Amino acid sequence: MIRAVWLIVRKDVTVEVRSRELAYTTVFFAISCVLVFAFSLVQEGRAAPGVGPGVLWMAIMFAGNLALGRTFERERQSETLRALMLVPAPRPAVYLGKLAGIVVLLTLTEIVLVPLVALLFQAELLSHPFWLAAVVLAGTFGFASVGTLFAAMLVRARSRDVLLPVLLYPITVPVLIAGVRATVAIAQPDFDADIVRFWFALLVAFDVVFLTLALWTFEPVMTD
Amino acid sequence: MPKWFQPATLVCGLMFAATPFVIASAPYESTMGLVQKVFYYHMPSAWMFLGSSIVCGIASVRFLASGDARHDRTALAAAEMAVLFGLLTLVTGPLWARKAWGTWWVWDARVTSSLVGWMIAWAYLILRQYGGPGSEKLAAGLALFGMANVPFIYISVNYWRTIHPATTVVPKLPFSMGFPLIFCLAAFTLLLVLLMKLRMRVAEQQSRLDSLYLSLDEQR
Amino acid sequence: MTSVDFEEVSAEDVSRHFGRRRAVSRMTFRATRGMILGLLGPNGAGKSTLLAMLATLLRPSSGTIRYGTFGLSGGAALRARIGVLGHDLFLYPELTARENLAFFAGLYGIADGDGRARAALERAGLETRGDDPVASFSRGMRQRVALERALIHDPRLALLDEPFTGLDDASSGALLRRLRTLRESGAIVILATHDLDLAEGLLDHALFLREGRIVESVVTPGGLRSTYRSVIGR
Repeated sequence: MIRAVWLIVRKDVTVEVRSRELAYTTVFFAISCVLVFAFSLVQEGRAAPGVGPGVLWMAIMFAGNLALGRTFERERQSETLRALMLVPAPRPAVYLGKLAGIVVLLTLTEIVLVPLVALLFQAELLSHPFWLAAVVLAGTFGFASVGTLFAAMLVRARSRDVLLPVLLYPITVPVLIAGVRATVAIAQPDFDADIVRFWFALLVAFDVVFLTLALWTFEPVMTD
Repeated sequence: MPKWFQPATLVCGLMFAATPFVIASAPYESTMGLVQKVFYYHMPSAWMFLGSSIVCGIASVRFLASGDARHDRTALAAAEMAVLFGLLTLVTGPLWARKAWGTWWVWDARVTSSLVGWMIAWAYLILRQYGGPGSEKLAAGLALFGMANVPFIYISVNYWRTIHPATTVVPKLPFSMGFPLIFCLAAFTLLLVLLMKLRMRVAEQQSRLDSLYLSLDEQR
Repeated sequence: MTSVDFEEVSAEDVSRHFGRRRAVSRMTFRATRGMILGLLGPNGAGKSTLLAMLATLLRPSSGTIRYGTFGLSGGAALRARIGVLGHDLFLYPELTARENLAFFAGLYGIADGDGRARAALERAGLETRGDDPVASFSRGMRQRVALERALIHDPRLALLDEPFTGLDDASSGALLRRLRTLRESGAIVILATHDLDLAEGLLDHALFLREGRIVESVVTPGGLRSTYRSVIGR
């Protein structure tokens, strides 16, 4: 199982290092999102106070949706996802491998996004870097764990491009709320660790519950 | 006479009696005025919305676990009911809120959770409609996730300050207002059950028709 | 993982429908070791659906498929004994042929993946192109890599969907030889094709399919084309 997960992650990384398509498009798309938000929210040379965290999470979720769609489009091109379902490894290994790849890709995107948002929206995001990293990672993981399952199961469906955000965004509302609230608390001058801890705990609970559910549902939803 | 005719007549009678007789005879609430009466529709719809969502979630889990198409038909019918009653809830809610809180829309915990839940129910139907063959399994997965999500949505949204009247006000209502409310709750429950049954019958007949069609094909 | 092995594959009264469309209708047949079974028929005859069911990717709506004493519940251990060449080749275009082969060898739990990949490249006649990305290959070369990918774990049951697509005469000849070796090594080969000329003389058993049904079943067939014309038309 672990070996299969590792092989799939390594394969995804090799493909990505060679084409760089996903990394470039996702990062650039995230930057474009931030710019669109900046032009709509910055007035008279100043960003409205407190919008930075919201912009950060919106950019993560939009870029994440795009990245999820593209990764599985790649597995669909020559039906390699079917080939992965045929190997004797346990099927959830395929899910875990794809999930790990998505999380790595989104983390890379966030490394670009966080300083950019902090700069353009005058948000003090980096005053508590460890908390920020923990919150962003937990949120990304929760978003990706639901997203990977949905994107995988939509590979066979018609109009999957539109269906993915339609299904994914309502389900990941708690991630958005908790992520934004925690980031707002981190960026505040009078830092309140209790608030951050509460939202972080909620994110971790979300991650645990939905990862478990996804591992359980992957096999039944993928076999027809 | 089809066998659902009598229950249907009963439910229609109850529903038609609700507005002109029971609700009209309830006392006029002085601060809220006439708008208060929308509450007799709002709360029962909200409960039916919640109930059908739960039914949809449970039926979906059973369908995923067993692959039995009967559970899938229940889930589909319940999801349609959830969208219907959710819409009623979300339309009547702002009417009440405008008078009670002074704004059409508040980002209150229950309002927001209902909105998100309603969107999930709708996403479920969209997926089944446009997902192509095999989408009923996928929709069941979505319903399971939607159900598991309820506590998370509720807790996270709850931190945005709640101004919804607590459910505990209901037993404290005077009888003259409590009776119409309970009457409406009962009528709405029966309406939900009836609509569910009819919808499941349609789905069942559809699948019977499909299998007849297939067996016809066989004999050719 | 317990190992699974079987002498024969059998389908009994197998049907699969999608909504009202019956893709496969009450098919019954058997294939034993050392045998090449051909599924012949026009597009939409149900060949691919049948192969997907034999590959455990689709469940039959009714009827049973058995692999010796095992049913579809054989799970991962059963999948380890089945090799599938899909119509869409199942290869990553960005990876080299060698990487594709080694990746799948690893997933099939083969210890010496690189060695196995090298041997497979040799059989495909692509030793010199092994380190080029599959995207740069011609359709015929890809087809050869895809076939070796499908057979990388020496499956007992090989399911091949249109293996002759895009092959020139020389490659087709090589493929025919490869399939005969496979038969001699005791594999069960089931292949779907509409290329009757190439299938002529290769098959031990031919099933002619039309609109999801077996319309004719011929053992050690000859004159495939005339049979095809009489049972399927055109």
